[in-house]
Amino acid sequence: MTRHNTGVKHRRDTRAFFLFAAPEFAGVLIFVLFPFLDVTGRSFRTVVTGRFVGLGNYATVFANQAFRLAVKNTFRFTLVCIPLLVLTGLVIAYPISRMKNAGLVKSLYLFPLAMPTATVVIVWKMTFCRQGFLNLLLTRFGAWSGLWDGAHTDWLGTGASFWVLVFSYIWKNAGYTIVLWLAGILGIPGELLEAARVDGASERQCFLRIVLPNLKGSLYTIVILSFLNSFKIYREAYLVAGAYPDQDMYLLQHLFNNWFVNLDFDKMAAATVCVGGFLFAVIMLLQRLWDRRET
Amino acid sequence: MGKKERPISLHNLSAKREAVRRSVTTLLIMLPTLLVCLPVVLLVTGSVMSDGELQRHLAPVFAGGEAFVSWKLVPDYPTFGHYGKLLFMTPQFFVLFWNSVRLVGLILLGQLMVGVPAAWAFAVYQARGSRVMFAFYIVLMLLPFQVTMLSSYLVLHNLHMLDTPQAVILPAVFSTLPVFLSYGGFRAIPSQLFEAARIDGASEWRIFCSIGLPLGRSGLLSAMVLEFLEYWNMMEQPMAFLEDKSLWPLSLYLPEITWQQAGNAFAASIITLIPAAFVFVWGQDYLEQGIVFSGLKE
Repeated sequence: MTRHNTGVKHRRDTRAFFLFAAPEFAGVLIFVLFPFLDVTGRSFRTVVTGRFVGLGNYATVFANQAFRLAVKNTFRFTLVCIPLLVLTGLVIAYPISRMKNAGLVKSLYLFPLAMPTATVVIVWKMTFCRQGFLNLLLTRFGAWSGLWDGAHTDWLGTGASFWVLVFSYIWKNAGYTIVLWLAGILGIPGELLEAARVDGASERQCFLRIVLPNLKGSLYTIVILSFLNSFKIYREAYLVAGAYPDQDMYLLQHLFNNWFVNLDFDKMAAATVCVGGFLFAVIMLLQRLWDRRET
Repeated sequence: MGKKERPISLHNLSAKREAVRRSVTTLLIMLPTLLVCLPVVLLVTGSVMSDGELQRHLAPVFAGGEAFVSWKLVPDYPTFGHYGKLLFMTPQFFVLFWNSVRLVGLILLGQLMVGVPAAWAFAVYQARGSRVMFAFYIVLMLLPFQVTMLSSYLVLHNLHMLDTPQAVILPAVFSTLPVFLSYGGFRAIPSQLFEAARIDGASEWRIFCSIGLPLGRSGLLSAMVLEFLEYWNMMEQPMAFLEDKSLWPLSLYLPEITWQQAGNAFAASIITLIPAAFVFVWGQDYLEQGIVFSGLKE
């Protein structure tokens, strides 16, 4: 009887699953999976003649100066931004979690997420150009404190542009990091903290011994999402500095876009497989770490 | 007497110190939000400033020289001229605005019709291989646009869709992020409800429509709010797949405006910002929930 029932349930589930999931799955096959396999196949051939070149395209890509520069910059950007964003988020989220009316503060921090990139770029240009607000402030401060004469750095056209990107990334993404940290902090059972306080633990001890260890799950999430959102910084970079920015700001996204515009599909196919494969590996690794933590 | 009072005053003192500490923290937390408010203020004042005044303030930005950019929070001669010019005398702006609305509207509609049933399938039914498939969808959701750019281009080329709105709409409809976001909402519904409905003879489709959709609403709305903000801000896809500028969304128009027409740029920025700000204010709870959902594993 039970076996019969589970058999029926199983068949019903399978049928319903496929009926409900079929349209999306068909679309994923047509628009993502098959094309990606196609690209993987092409990465071993020349685009024009379709001649098999083995790993030739990959060798070209890895020898390419622009590719090396872009990979280096992208790594640098990721390694600087993510720890900075994760920490900033936590430093702001913890006090917010203890405020009574945190609604407005949270809204203000989240709002940049809703602001279309194109609308803020004009503000960034006014702020970071050679005669912009930042230099105005720095010059005034320099004159007041006597520390330096005048600030005339072109923040967008020199190596400093890298830090402008870092700033705008954090400006845009701090809000959702704070929301994720807050969800983590508020998920910690209040009794744990109560008990520790009764036992005479100081606030600092509470934070280091109870709050932080309980936030490991949030940390994985935040790192993954921050990492993926870091690719969207291309919008700011492109709008502020165009397709060929200062070389410190030249990211993988610029490279892909320029190859695309110049129809360099051989290199692009090989690079797509490399970057896609790398991201796949990173995501799997993080998921594995996550699973191990839970069991 | 003195002995009795002492603990009280000590208590008062520490309470006072606590209050001071609190207000200092609040102040420190509020300080960075200036960086959020100032750009908005700048955009708003710029959009109602007369051309002459804007040129005077902004000349250092595009003309160089040693003078610095300047600003005034209350313009000398406020004007709504830029809005009037954009809305009534720039047909191009109107076309792009409606392009944006149409693209985003169709993408969200498509995601509702395709992604939401898929989320329901993953949340409610146990079929062999569905776990693996879901993990695969998560990886797809996490891949940046640049990695899928070439493959999307090739398939759109083969389907003769390049340079049509479908080139932007269809790949977005089949993106897996809304599946993941709506999944959380459906997963939260107790499965006994479905069993009860089945015993009463309801079909699976009926259960989806009458129980799933109403009770999983918050997940759906989170997905819609997040996706609206994402696609209203979309730039990479139309830039790569639409050559015809009359098909472009608003987000690509703004960068085309030069400094000489700064007033237009400010007004256009504000008009672009308004729908996003509206969705943000209306859907902030859903937005937050969506962010938290996007972080939940499974």
